[in-house]
Amino acid sequence: MTLDSKAPKGIPLAEKWKSSKFNYKLVNPANKRKYDIIVIGTGLAGASAAASCAELGYNVKTFCFQDSPRRAHSIAAQGGINAAKNYRNDGDSVYRLFYDTIKGGDYRAREANVYRLAEVSVNIIDQCVAQGVPFAREYGGLLDNRSFGGAQVSRTFYARGQTGQQLLLGAYSAMNRQIKAGMIKSYTRHEMLDVVVKDGKTVGVIVRDMVTGEISRHAGHAVLLCTGGYGNVFYLTTYARGSNATAIWRAHKKGAYFGNPCYTQIHPTCIPVSGDHQSKLTLMSESLRNDGRVWVPKAKGDKRKPEAIPENERDYYLERKYPSFGNLVPRDIASRAAKEQCDAGHGVGETGLAVYLDFADAIKRMGQKAVEAKYGNLFDMYKQITGENPYTTAMRIYPAVHYTMGGLWVDYNLMTTIPGLYALGEANFSDHGANRLGASALMQGLADGYFVLPATIGDYLADVERTAVSTNSPEFDEAEKAVRQRIDTLLNIKGKKTVHEFQRELGLIMWEYCGMARNDAGLKKGMQLIQALRDEYWKNVLVPGEAAELNQNLEKALRVADFMELGELMMRDALERRESCGGHFREEFQTPDGEALRNDDEFSYVAAWQYQTQSAADSILHKEALDYEFIKRSQRSYK
Amino acid sequence: MNKFAVLFTSSIGRKLVMSLTGLFLCSFLIIHCAINACLFINDGGLTFNAAAHFMSSNILIRTIEIALFAGFIIHIMQSVVLTMQNKKARGSNSYMVSNTAASKQSTNMGILGTVLFFFIVVHLINFFIGLRFSAAYAYGYDANGHHDVYSNIAAVFSQPAYAIFYIVCMIALGLHLHHGFSSSFQTLGVNHPYYTKLIINVGYLFSVIIPATFAAMPVYFLIKG
Amino acid sequence: MKLTLKVWRQKNASSNGNFETYQIDNIIEDMSFLEMMDVLNEKLTKENLQPVAFDHDCREGICGTCSMYINGKAHGPLKGVTTCQLHMRSFKDGDTIVIEPWRASAFPVLRDLIVDRTAFERIQQAGGYVSVNTGSVPDANAIPVAKAHADTAFESAACIGCGACVAACKNGSAMLFVSAKVSQYALLPQGNVERADRVLRMVAQMDAEGFGNCTNTEACEAECPKEISVSNIARLNREYLAASLSK
Repeated sequence: MTLDSKAPKGIPLAEKWKSSKFNYKLVNPANKRKYDIIVIGTGLAGASAAASCAELGYNVKTFCFQDSPRRAHSIAAQGGINAAKNYRNDGDSVYRLFYDTIKGGDYRAREANVYRLAEVSVNIIDQCVAQGVPFAREYGGLLDNRSFGGAQVSRTFYARGQTGQQLLLGAYSAMNRQIKAGMIKSYTRHEMLDVVVKDGKTVGVIVRDMVTGEISRHAGHAVLLCTGGYGNVFYLTTYARGSNATAIWRAHKKGAYFGNPCYTQIHPTCIPVSGDHQSKLTLMSESLRNDGRVWVPKAKGDKRKPEAIPENERDYYLERKYPSFGNLVPRDIASRAAKEQCDAGHGVGETGLAVYLDFADAIKRMGQKAVEAKYGNLFDMYKQITGENPYTTAMRIYPAVHYTMGGLWVDYNLMTTIPGLYALGEANFSDHGANRLGASALMQGLADGYFVLPATIGDYLADVERTAVSTNSPEFDEAEKAVRQRIDTLLNIKGKKTVHEFQRELGLIMWEYCGMARNDAGLKKGMQLIQALRDEYWKNVLVPGEAAELNQNLEKALRVADFMELGELMMRDALERRESCGGHFREEFQTPDGEALRNDDEFSYVAAWQYQTQSAADSILHKEALDYEFIKRSQRSYK
Repeated sequence: MNKFAVLFTSSIGRKLVMSLTGLFLCSFLIIHCAINACLFINDGGLTFNAAAHFMSSNILIRTIEIALFAGFIIHIMQSVVLTMQNKKARGSNSYMVSNTAASKQSTNMGILGTVLFFFIVVHLINFFIGLRFSAAYAYGYDANGHHDVYSNIAAVFSQPAYAIFYIVCMIALGLHLHHGFSSSFQTLGVNHPYYTKLIINVGYLFSVIIPATFAAMPVYFLIKG
Repeated sequence: MKLTLKVWRQKNASSNGNFETYQIDNIIEDMSFLEMMDVLNEKLTKENLQPVAFDHDCREGICGTCSMYINGKAHGPLKGVTTCQLHMRSFKDGDTIVIEPWRASAFPVLRDLIVDRTAFERIQQAGGYVSVNTGSVPDANAIPVAKAHADTAFESAACIGCGACVAACKNGSAMLFVSAKVSQYALLPQGNVERADRVLRMVAQMDAEGFGNCTNTEACEAECPKEISVSNIARLNREYLAASLSK
């Protein structure tokens, strides 16, 4: 199968989306109600798509594993949402947002997709404001903006540090309105366990009621997977504990190609791990690096308190290595440098997996009041979690996984390689290339859900039979049987190790061999370790309880089983991509300054993986070439 | 359903009724307290009896008296309904441990109200029924020909047991008002960064001054002997 | 740290629950409360016992999933935090900790510490939205909003829908939750059009779900992890009265 991105070619960038929208087939308004759309996941992408499709007149069913759509992890996004409104008159434009996003993604995204994203970004803000999202405002009553993540223009809209929450509640409210109107049927505490494909088309899903354990079939003319990223394969991340890859992995196993699985974003300023019990890492805004200084003790294993270490025994390694950018080097560089220091034995804290972020100088220079005004809430959060007072002692930070750029491969219409199966938001691979810019995740989720999918889905449905899809078919029988078998198998292994232990082990392997810096030997070793761990999992996992009850261990066991396969594919992809770009750093491919070294001649493509067996060693790589019609690629430099 | 029926059977509507009747009863307390303060005038009760006579003979006051009884009854009935609903809403399983941050009086308004209800019954028997409904008032008439209510009160308040009962009930009244006064305004939707503090403080003063004045009366008669 | 835990165990909605006592050892101060529960669950699993089911997700205090009544307080002893943000340094070696689910008729227990909060969903569905379709909206800056109103609306909108207000209220009242939503929209011009209908419908649904009445004890505000103010409840009362009389 050749991959067709379906992005319009040969017309000006600004015309591509317009012309596509005109060329899409339409579904007659009276016929829309004859189509059933199933939405899996109700975060920004899912809730906005469900609401918008329902508004158009389609019948929508939504499923989420949380007890309410409002709890999806989109809610945790702090910083803001980008939009090319140019309210600041500072030279922003759709083209500039497009350009910044492509460049930020290290030239590994599709031009047409990204331009469309920048184009609809302005509509998102209008939509959210009309829904009653309380964005920050200025005294004149108009919307406030800030510059975010090193952008040269102020294009980020925000609602204090809770932008994701407010945007999600907006999309959730739009969804609620359609539930009330009878256009959406919402299933909460339900988890999708398989996609059903018949005659090459998506016809429905198998879901498990997480309260009763009941397995049920749901038929639809199209299925939208809006289930977020798969970062929890690393176990310790900034993701919600429930975030998982099961929906997209099941789809992958049914034939949907997986795009760029190795692209992982790692955030440098997270609160470090305090012990083996740790379940979650908490992110702190990277604005902290504006005034804090990063350092480690020069002596290895120095266990003195930071304030007891004299100035000449400290190594301000970022300032030393990158004199012009200092503590403000980009996320990936700061993250890798911290790892290097810790690997070399200079790490601090109980675990030795942390570096200091010190505000002593800033407090001396600006006064505690000023530091408090600027960073008070972050300091409070740090204190709450660690029990240490960052005003008197240096903070400890460490990088953590917090976003995956990869996901299901989708064409310009957001359709996967299985007709009728779509992927939206972080679940797809499409718009961020190899690295995502700050405040762009919210933008993409809502762009897909509010504006892109509702326009593209008609083009597919117009050609689909309007009769209701039946759940009585051998394909549904088979899918349901497989799901039941899988559950029974897991429950009956009755081994010695808990799911939790396996998940942590997998996470450690992923972090060690497929984390911030990767290399050929490590990846090969990592793949072997995962294969062995997976074999052990299916022989020795202990899942207590029964199938027909609320069983949180079973839920987790099903998810971890999928992570066990996905993790290996990530490594395979990382192994094949013999270049460094964005969130993928191969130690063999770096500039003398330690910068990522891209190889546009050989690797300017999207890696789309086709599933073969549970071992990624057998997966087949398809390449979608990335042609840059409009942008000239360059190598980034921080000297 | 009629829109007023909806309003007055809704949770907020019922609370609104509680609040309005409560505030109405507060206004009654002010008048009652002011008139009773005449007991402290050292003229053998002539002023007090005159005031009592006015209150029981003025047609306007007599009309309001009906509203007052209605107010009591509605306030009590509504509170019974609300308490039953609230018990049901809380459910059959109660917490093993509870460390609520709410004040004791705010969480025990029903108990305080029940105490006050019994107080009112006893109070009416002692001072109201005999005066209003018996053919020959047991305490006779004063020099001005008014019912000698003063003597009635002096006789009752001189009994230490009753005086203690009365004072205890006034403490209950104080606690009931301590929460009830400002709570009524909150239920009416009156809330403001500045004025709410004012209302709360006025409520606290009210909940001290009125019951304390009442409680001073049996003390006064006990001391006076 | 050694602790004694008294945990509510209940197999499902239709069975009766009871307290079980567990001894747990090697708890360190840096653990979050939920991580302490993870340790307990690992221990129970290894002993072939049923782990304690509890709701949790983001573990950073924003999703509103976690819901434990700890030593007589919703989300435990600290002010302004959710259970997931509570750390074991708030407890001492040898402490006994009583862990209960939210208690309210409208929040039936599904298993152990997990309760069904879908009543909140239905209240939101009754009117917690602005009726705008995707696309049919004016420019974001077409309607200025006074900063004070926008800020107050944000404070109301910060509610995470965890249900601690209901759990903390002796009446099982959902007034703080409902009032926060009603306030957010009442304060913004975008919400103004449907203002009266919204409050009437949401309150009617709240009552139908079997939540109790507000008696202004203010326990909700004290235990709300987002410290939502009871001034919202006053606003709800106001909005409801105005809507009832005008509609």
